[in-house]
Amino acid sequence: MLTEYILTITIFLPLLGGLALLLVDKGSVNTIKMVGFGATALTFVVSLYLYFAFDPMAAGFQFQHKVVWIENLAISYSVGIDGMSLLLILLTTFLTPLALLGTWNSITHRIKEYMVMMLLLEVGMIGVFAALDLFLFYVFWEAMLIPMYFIIGIWGGQERVYAAIKFFLFTLFGSLLMLVAILALAYSASTIPGGQFTTDLYVLYGVGPRLALNVQSWMFLAFALSFAIKVPLFPLHTWLPDAHVQAPTAGSVILAGVLLKMGTYGLIRFCLPLFPDAAFVFTPAMTSLAVIGIIYGALVAMVQTDMKKLVAYSSVSHLGFVVLGTFAMTEEGIQGAIIQMVNHGLSTGALFLIVGMVYDRAHTRAIADFGGVAKIMPVFATFFMIVTLSSIGLPGLNGFVGEFMILVGSFKSAFLGSSAYSIIATSGVILAAVYMLWMYQRVMLGPVRPDRLYGGHALTDLTRREIATLVPLVVFIVWIGVYPGTFLKTSAGMAKQVVQTMESARQGGQARFVELKNR
Amino acid sequence: MFSFAPTIVLFPLLGFLFLGLFGARLRNEKLIGILGSGTVGLSFLVAVALFIHMLGLEPDQRKGIVELFSWIGTFTGTASSVNVSVAYQVDQLSILMTLVVTGVGFLIHVYSIGYMHGDPGFWRFFTYLNLFIFAMLNLVLADNFLLMFLGWEGVGLCSYLLIGFWYDRKFDVGGYAPGKAWTNDAAKKAFIVNRIGDFGFLLAMFLIVVQFESLSFDAVFGRASVMTPGSDVMIWITLLLFLGATGKSAQIPLFVWLPDAMAGPTPVSALIHAATMVTAGVYMVARCSILFALAPATLQVVAVIGALTAIMAATIGLVQNDIKKVLAYSTVSQLGYMFLAMGVAAFTAGIFHVVTHAFFKALLFLGSGAVIHGMHDEQDIQKMGGLKKYLPVTYKTFLIGAIAIAGIPPFAGFFSKDEILWKAFSSDQGSVLLWAIAAAGAGMTAFYMFRLVILTFEGKERFDHHHAHPHEAPKTMTVPLIVLAFLSVVGGFIGVPESLMGGNALEHWLEPIFAPAMTALRATPHHGGITEYLLMALSVGIAVAGIYGAHTVYMKRQELADAWRSKYRRIYQVLWNKYYVDEAYDALFVRSTVKASETVLWKGLDVSVIDRLVNASAQGVAWLSSKVRLIQSGFAQRYATIFVGGIVLVLFWLMFK
Repeated sequence: MLTEYILTITIFLPLLGGLALLLVDKGSVNTIKMVGFGATALTFVVSLYLYFAFDPMAAGFQFQHKVVWIENLAISYSVGIDGMSLLLILLTTFLTPLALLGTWNSITHRIKEYMVMMLLLEVGMIGVFAALDLFLFYVFWEAMLIPMYFIIGIWGGQERVYAAIKFFLFTLFGSLLMLVAILALAYSASTIPGGQFTTDLYVLYGVGPRLALNVQSWMFLAFALSFAIKVPLFPLHTWLPDAHVQAPTAGSVILAGVLLKMGTYGLIRFCLPLFPDAAFVFTPAMTSLAVIGIIYGALVAMVQTDMKKLVAYSSVSHLGFVVLGTFAMTEEGIQGAIIQMVNHGLSTGALFLIVGMVYDRAHTRAIADFGGVAKIMPVFATFFMIVTLSSIGLPGLNGFVGEFMILVGSFKSAFLGSSAYSIIATSGVILAAVYMLWMYQRVMLGPVRPDRLYGGHALTDLTRREIATLVPLVVFIVWIGVYPGTFLKTSAGMAKQVVQTMESARQGGQARFVELKNR
Repeated sequence: MFSFAPTIVLFPLLGFLFLGLFGARLRNEKLIGILGSGTVGLSFLVAVALFIHMLGLEPDQRKGIVELFSWIGTFTGTASSVNVSVAYQVDQLSILMTLVVTGVGFLIHVYSIGYMHGDPGFWRFFTYLNLFIFAMLNLVLADNFLLMFLGWEGVGLCSYLLIGFWYDRKFDVGGYAPGKAWTNDAAKKAFIVNRIGDFGFLLAMFLIVVQFESLSFDAVFGRASVMTPGSDVMIWITLLLFLGATGKSAQIPLFVWLPDAMAGPTPVSALIHAATMVTAGVYMVARCSILFALAPATLQVVAVIGALTAIMAATIGLVQNDIKKVLAYSTVSQLGYMFLAMGVAAFTAGIFHVVTHAFFKALLFLGSGAVIHGMHDEQDIQKMGGLKKYLPVTYKTFLIGAIAIAGIPPFAGFFSKDEILWKAFSSDQGSVLLWAIAAAGAGMTAFYMFRLVILTFEGKERFDHHHAHPHEAPKTMTVPLIVLAFLSVVGGFIGVPESLMGGNALEHWLEPIFAPAMTALRATPHHGGITEYLLMALSVGIAVAGIYGAHTVYMKRQELADAWRSKYRRIYQVLWNKYYVDEAYDALFVRSTVKASETVLWKGLDVSVIDRLVNASAQGVAWLSSKVRLIQSGFAQRYATIFVGGIVLVLFWLMFK
């Protein structure tokens, strides 16, 4: 009974919080914050049940819940999770309350609407990771776009409207093509003997690989374009720096921490198993773009003058690793990609919180405005250092685990056919150290500069609330670095499944190829 | 007994965690100092106990592996996929390194209590030092490449944190740009240059995974020992590993960070940038001796790079005036000797030099620290002189260190350096040329070390008595000096060669470690007879000549130094500016990359091309809509006209299609 509904409860619990907020008076700011935070915190607690009740050994999706929605089109409300979705849902439910807690006093107007938007956003995000019906997936995918649009557009910085529209159009452009591909795929299910029009992922997993290569290719491209924009993959990344710089801190945390993962999640969940033959064809292109993104993002991050923009470009670099690991299609690569999604969510989420904390005090994010902050804010300096090290992949912290597995996985991958991708990507670890340590140095170290009064505001060290926000993040940064088994075990079965699917598809593909040649 | 091995690693970790979390609140230097040193002392005691235990075992029993937990892997249960554990391996080589790291480390911790007295970051200093020992022990005791890499990058991090410990200070970079850089510039440089080396280490690990399907030393070395030498993959693996070693151990081309690293507090220079961390590259090559033995081409590269680094750094050391900078280049040079030893397959000799160098170079750095402490942060030896009167203990111990490094028998440095010189000459991989370079470097070493001793402690007092009141260091600092001085005198006796009636205990102790490599190389022991004694006498003669030269130039005929400086102005400038390597790297790599990233990639591609395309397409849609919009005019007649026209067109099409 509970196993059937627990996932649906997790998805819509934030919505209940949003409904409760409607009853709260607009003026009682604290109550609004408490209700919002309480709803997200409760969602996290409920989602923990998923973790403990999850059986990593079992094949397929768990906690499935299916209700027929549009019967004659075989569209249903169908949710369920495997190891990868579980980790990403936990990441979502973990980051959302922390994002709210870390920016408790950052939003000063229209707080009620803001809180409702954040809660709706969480519903969309969890839904995306849980949907097992392509139509439902699309609904959640788009539903999440709207609150994010408002969060950037209403509570953002100076150029928020430009950034919000850019974000919206980029993403919508991709997702409309994906919708066309979803409909085409659902229709093609009816062309198979005994089949009918359906968006059921289970059925489509059987349909997609049987399509002709050129059909697969078009559909793959439509899906992949949508996901690549979200990731974002070079050269589709230019919405990201703008969106990040303009978004309020909590928005940036969620955007970097969770939203970007939907792109890479989509690649693993849909692009590979639905269109394996096309995936093989486009692997060189996808990995090349990923590797370019790793180097390009790092180099451009290096010369940024705004802290947020620097972190945004670093995301382009880090997510390039995830895409590389995905298309390596080895157990190391997929496992590395999944854990690296979580890692990036933790590290970059923490980095945006940290930048937000310093922005709340100094009202500037320009690197040149700072210097010697470590002397004034020693506790802050320690957190910043740990997160910086996590971001540059220091062994013993989380980032290294993902990077290492991705690089090994892509180095030995038979699918990539060349170690060059991995070798070039490895040089990204040098650049990561350059841009992160350089930023840390310019902001935190050196002498306290009396000529710059940090925007005329006094800097004070972290409050207890801010420490309480960062401590859980650091705990997991160290945990994953030292004992990643807790998380890698969760996704092991799923990763193995993906690799096996791709292996057999390739062998099947080769067999078909040989057959054609012999004819 | 071996199962106690993890506690060696554990104590410094606990010290780090405790001091890191509560150190700021302790506000009691004594307590912090005792805690910080105590954890390392405990590790040392456990290591000693283990060592004694191992002495009682048969040579082939002297090895134990303790596996703690599964660390990084796929957890899919597929045999061929990566799976690495946190596991520690105690054997003859790792216990030796552990003894050095914890022993010398303990002394330097104790010394730091005095040296760092009154510093507001006292607790932070000991936190970082404990973290360093933890990382270094992981590096040394790891039973696989990945855990070694954790220690490898971990010590790099501590080096970064400690070089930039006084992050609001500047330091003297030397050359033409004095007093320009921040200490954290040096710290960042160290980290990034090391990362370039680590890039090689990572790629080597990937190749090892592909080749051996494992990262554990036992599995990899076991599978390697049945391979035939000279395969391409082995050459790549070893070259990439050696790239990692050139970063960590400051060899050409990545040595540039180490001289700048002297911006850190002096105990850090002694511990990290002389005695332990920088020898990690040598240890790694020794640990992988079987892999290097299978790649003779790489061994040649290692030997040549080592010899060149040794002589190049020695020449720079001849002219520097910063007491720590001289020692820094001396360290680079001595590390060159260790790699020369590795390159000529004299693995034991290299490790021997690691050990003796740890004693006398730690001693010299701590001595320089006592001088700097006593001179109120003065580091320029031209502004010292005559200090032996004020710092008698420091002077005597420093002199012992100088004699040891110069290679005067029977001090520690003599035995290890002479062993390297002999092997450079006699081994199958050696040559007369390698020996000659190394011997010339040895002469310079003796010269610059005694130049340093004389300018600092002897002769006229060149400092301003109004500002400087030189005084001897406190007990916490002098006692470690005395202990290290003792070790610098007797440390060499662990490896007295048979030709000098010694038992060469070290060689026998390490024999099982290097046996597979020696088998692969088909190495035959060379008994030089008269040649060995001749070369030995020659190298002692060169050392004495160096000392005599320094004595002549800086004590007796001081006008000579000035005369030479103006006579060989060109050469002097090149050496004084450290061959302009920093300037070249800066122009070639650093500035060009930053500039290209900013102008070409960011402002060029990102903003001017991609974003302009995006915005242009948006504007295109807007323009199109603004035109299409005009159709909707609101005039019913026009709609009707278009409607009728449309029908006519459709009818025509239907009729004539």
